[in-house]
Amino acid sequence: MSKNTLFDKVWDLHKVSSLPGGSDQIFIGLHLIHEVTSPQAFGALKDKNLRVKFPSRTVATVDHIVPTDNQSRPFKDNLAEQMIETLEKNCIEHKIKFFNIGSGNQGIVHVVSPELGLTQPGMTIACGDSHTSTHGAFGSIAFGIGTSQVRDVLATQTIAMNKLKVRQIWCENKLSNGVYAKDLVLHIINKLGVKAGVGFAYEFAGPAINSLSMEERMTICNMSIEGGARCGYINPDEKTFSYIKNKLCAPKNENWDEALLWWKSLKSDANSIYDDVTKIDASKVEPTVTWGITPGQSVGINQKIPLLEELSPDDQFVAEEAYEYMGFKPGQSIKDTPIDVCFIGSCTNGRISDLRVAAKVIKDKKVSQNIKAFVVPGSEKVAKEAKIEGLDKIFLDAGFQWREPGCSMCLAMNPDKLIGNQVSASSSNRNFKGRQGSPTGRTLLMSPAMVAAAAISGKVTDIRDFM
Amino acid sequence: MIKKFQTPVGPISKIVGKSIVLIGDDIDTDRIIPARFLKCVNFDNLGQSVFEDDRKNLKGKHPFDLESNKGSSILIVNSNFGCGSSREHAPQALLRWGIRAIIGESFAEIFYCNCIAIGIPCFTLPKKLVKNIQENKNLNNSLCEINIKESTFKSTFFNFDLEIKTSSKNMFLSGEWDATSTLLANKKLIEKKLNDLPYTKF
Repeated sequence: MSKNTLFDKVWDLHKVSSLPGGSDQIFIGLHLIHEVTSPQAFGALKDKNLRVKFPSRTVATVDHIVPTDNQSRPFKDNLAEQMIETLEKNCIEHKIKFFNIGSGNQGIVHVVSPELGLTQPGMTIACGDSHTSTHGAFGSIAFGIGTSQVRDVLATQTIAMNKLKVRQIWCENKLSNGVYAKDLVLHIINKLGVKAGVGFAYEFAGPAINSLSMEERMTICNMSIEGGARCGYINPDEKTFSYIKNKLCAPKNENWDEALLWWKSLKSDANSIYDDVTKIDASKVEPTVTWGITPGQSVGINQKIPLLEELSPDDQFVAEEAYEYMGFKPGQSIKDTPIDVCFIGSCTNGRISDLRVAAKVIKDKKVSQNIKAFVVPGSEKVAKEAKIEGLDKIFLDAGFQWREPGCSMCLAMNPDKLIGNQVSASSSNRNFKGRQGSPTGRTLLMSPAMVAAAAISGKVTDIRDFM
Repeated sequence: MIKKFQTPVGPISKIVGKSIVLIGDDIDTDRIIPARFLKCVNFDNLGQSVFEDDRKNLKGKHPFDLESNKGSSILIVNSNFGCGSSREHAPQALLRWGIRAIIGESFAEIFYCNCIAIGIPCFTLPKKLVKNIQENKNLNNSLCEINIKESTFKSTFFNFDLEIKTSSKNMFLSGEWDATSTLLANKKLIEKKLNDLPYTKF
């Protein structure tokens, strides 16, 4: 059993009680809500005649269903309009802070909360969204919950949960040029598997992690859930503190000093005990692309799609399903796979640094013929910053569409969808069957730089050839 | 007359019904309920859309469309079932289709918790045993009974022991799986915690 890790410390600090059944009652410091997984929770509160216990500890935004072309109200899609109206109504009724479209702070919930300084070290953070693990990049313990647990957080500010085990993923050395956080996390998921993290929190550590920016760290923690780990985190350091400083909701003045003092004490001890430790050599990671229907089915850009017999017996069943669905032959190169759609955005890679990297790749170049390429900034703030830097113009000049912020084609709940069996190069997080809105659509996950390179060449390309 | 859907309530100790087999590893929640069906403010109509895309693709041959599986309530799956999105819509869709318990090699974490929270017990079994059950031709014709306290599965053709986390078992037997009232009972402790946490003062 783990001991003295950051996870243990934050868990123990937030434990309210041991419940009769054997699980723990955990206090949630920050609760984030959006339009998709909250309406039924508010409905359940009403049914049980309950109120929101601490409204100031819940913050809302709207992201999943928002259209990215025309955001004027009412939305063309009646169901989407009904969902945003329900959220607006619930936030007013329960006095919950809501960052709505046009507020300057709307966006994907996991982009918005860090950029507002709401996400802070040592907190427990929950949201009805599996990518809540993103916030672990700040040394908080953050995890996705379902709607019934959203109800419980609203009503009690706590949830019932079993304590997770802790696996440290020690990333040695540094990423080489043209290799990004996205490649590292895809590589980790490939090595460990998509279910290795079940029952675990992942602590990402080591020189390769320390050298990453906060936004890159968010990309890593974001995809913990794709490796099965509900929660992933990184011990906070000076980069963490300076990222938070002066943000809208960050502690100010003497509160800042007090917060800093506490945050600096928050890390896994040198003699912490982990349930498991795994080592990854970051210098060996190549630009990585998924070829299948789970985020674990990936290869380095210069590798071939694995043969069935090269895979462990446990992975063969899904591999066969993936070859068939994706239309790939075992042993085929992933490089040069023709692409139809290029998507840059999502809570994984829709931040300003992602847009900067992609813009650099496409500057003074043109999107390949017959490719639909579009950029969906992660938030209104990201969009504003990009415009100040002239990134929107670079994308538009290259032939990309420049859209309004939202989750967009990461999960295609809005009008942005693949058509038929189109192949997308996507900076998002899931390549599940049908994930991007067409039941036969095919997704190749990769870094934003690789998506940009694919947009220019019209096929899967090694970004390092562009550098 | 259409029977009104009843959500589970109170202590759950027994599940009786037919079993339905669904083969496949890493079946994600996007497949269980595609994202377009999440555009709703209640869960009421999700049952009919469960596995929508997979079912369309198999043109009536999907296990959830087979006549022989109609009215089944115990779902037998493979490994990492329910991975991906935290959408509770996935177990809610299964529940509304008629599923009351799931037996599998392993479950994704958030899916498993969502199942507990809505009253669907999930049990695990070793891979080989799951395979044996899934391949048994007589499964379909047999009424099965899961006893949560004993953690047993009984049917005309075979009986075996099931595995379930002790905390989950206790929650189903006591009714505590519907957690809100249990959590609310510690009102004073919750308020104390809020005041004791360093960052609530920042």
